[in-house]
Amino acid sequence: MRDVAVVGVGMTKFGEVWEKSLRDLFVEAALAAIDDAGVDHVDYMTVGCMTSGLFVGQEHLASLMADYLGQKHLGACRVESACASGGLAFRTAFTEIASGMSDIVLAGGVEKMTDISGDGATYALAAAADQEYEVFHGATFPGLYALMAVAHMEKYGTTREMLSAVSVKNHNNGSMNPYAQYPFKVTREQVESSVMVASPLRILDCSPITDGGAAVILTTVDIAKKLGKPFIRVIGSGVATDAIALHSRDDLTTLKATKVAAEKAFKMAGKTIKDVDFAEVHDCFTIAEIVVSESLGLFEPGKAGEAVLKGETGLDGSFPINTSGGLKSKGHPVGATGVAQIIELVKQLRGEAENGRQLKTDPRIGMTQNMGGSGGSTLVHILEVG
Amino acid sequence: MFPSRIWRESKHRYRLEAGKCTKCGKVVFPYRLICPVCGHREFEKVILPETGKLLTYSIIRVAPSQFTDQAPYAIGIAELENGVRLLAQVADCEVDDIKVGMDVRIEFRRVQTDSHHGVLSYGYKFVPKWY
Repeated sequence: MRDVAVVGVGMTKFGEVWEKSLRDLFVEAALAAIDDAGVDHVDYMTVGCMTSGLFVGQEHLASLMADYLGQKHLGACRVESACASGGLAFRTAFTEIASGMSDIVLAGGVEKMTDISGDGATYALAAAADQEYEVFHGATFPGLYALMAVAHMEKYGTTREMLSAVSVKNHNNGSMNPYAQYPFKVTREQVESSVMVASPLRILDCSPITDGGAAVILTTVDIAKKLGKPFIRVIGSGVATDAIALHSRDDLTTLKATKVAAEKAFKMAGKTIKDVDFAEVHDCFTIAEIVVSESLGLFEPGKAGEAVLKGETGLDGSFPINTSGGLKSKGHPVGATGVAQIIELVKQLRGEAENGRQLKTDPRIGMTQNMGGSGGSTLVHILEVG
Repeated sequence: MFPSRIWRESKHRYRLEAGKCTKCGKVVFPYRLICPVCGHREFEKVILPETGKLLTYSIIRVAPSQFTDQAPYAIGIAELENGVRLLAQVADCEVDDIKVGMDVRIEFRRVQTDSHHGVLSYGYKFVPKWY
């Protein structure tokens, strides 16, 4: 297997972007990544997107995006794993280079979610759950994560205050991210008086509906060295699946796919969680960040909520989580999210995170965790300064 | 929703038919072609028990379009007496009275109405056992 590096990143501002289409968002991010890398061509492209068909009626994205990127005959594929589509696009690009099939690959992700009503978006996103045995009965995504939250509270005594602390922390980080959809701070009181969506989760526990694109350029470490710019090594990649129906899993308070994907990524990297300095994780809901950080082995089961309250995962904490603002504040264009997580890692590892959110600890190794649905698929990646 | 899609699931939703692995005894609901525990491919038909305990629940206040007229409504996951877990709505009680660990019973109910095709969909819901 060849050693792989990230040499360029680019993304659009996340938000309700009425003036930009699905293809505009993808191409803007892709061009920014190509310019950042300073490459004159790419050999292959992966496009992560969950459900452009339901959101804007457009499929066949690989070809559409290659054409609008001015690369009409480029080899390209679209990959889908619900909200982990972006992470899977990155993984697919990684294997394309590691295997020797291609030398320079663009991994992109995109979702255009606001060309449809709120009901329509809820319906489209619910397609990531079990249509016949969850969605049929009226389950929604906030509802499924709420079921995890209640089970976690019941088993470990996790509190409302702990959930709020995740939202407050991530909005604080996101307030320093110029690409964030909601770059402002929120207070505990604001979180706890916001509209109830699916008890106990309120609107400020939930990531928003977002338009956005994100892209990175990957190549071999040998080519990265010749480009003469700082590069970031991809030292670990892990993917795992689980039952997509929450009720079909043995434990409602652990995300097994996250645990297994992390084990695979750590094994490839020859590292443990103790070697990692910070992480971007899939905080689609506040409870998700708590359960994910426990499933990654960062905290004992039931201890993550307390750690968030103590500030251990804040910007100045011992293990910062979601320095970008996470899905909560930065926004969650589902197909783009996994790639945008990689971009935050690269910025932090290059020392280029904007507006005072750069970690002061000179981070060397970071990790991402990106999951689909209620945890039915998970991608974990570990990156290290080159 | 196309009627054939509902009809295909009717043995599960109307009659609670499940498959029991003839090798390891794992009960799968709905049917599967291969046992997720031992990999065996033969199952015998069993009917799910109709009582169990609620493991977790949530009150849905922002509902998808086909459920907006029912909101707020509760969904929950219950573990039946044979260990099988299901997700369904929790009905016939005030949402504030729902508690983790409460005994529930499965009842046959109308679940949703598809306004586009006008197809009524039936299936199971949990109700408090005392009801």
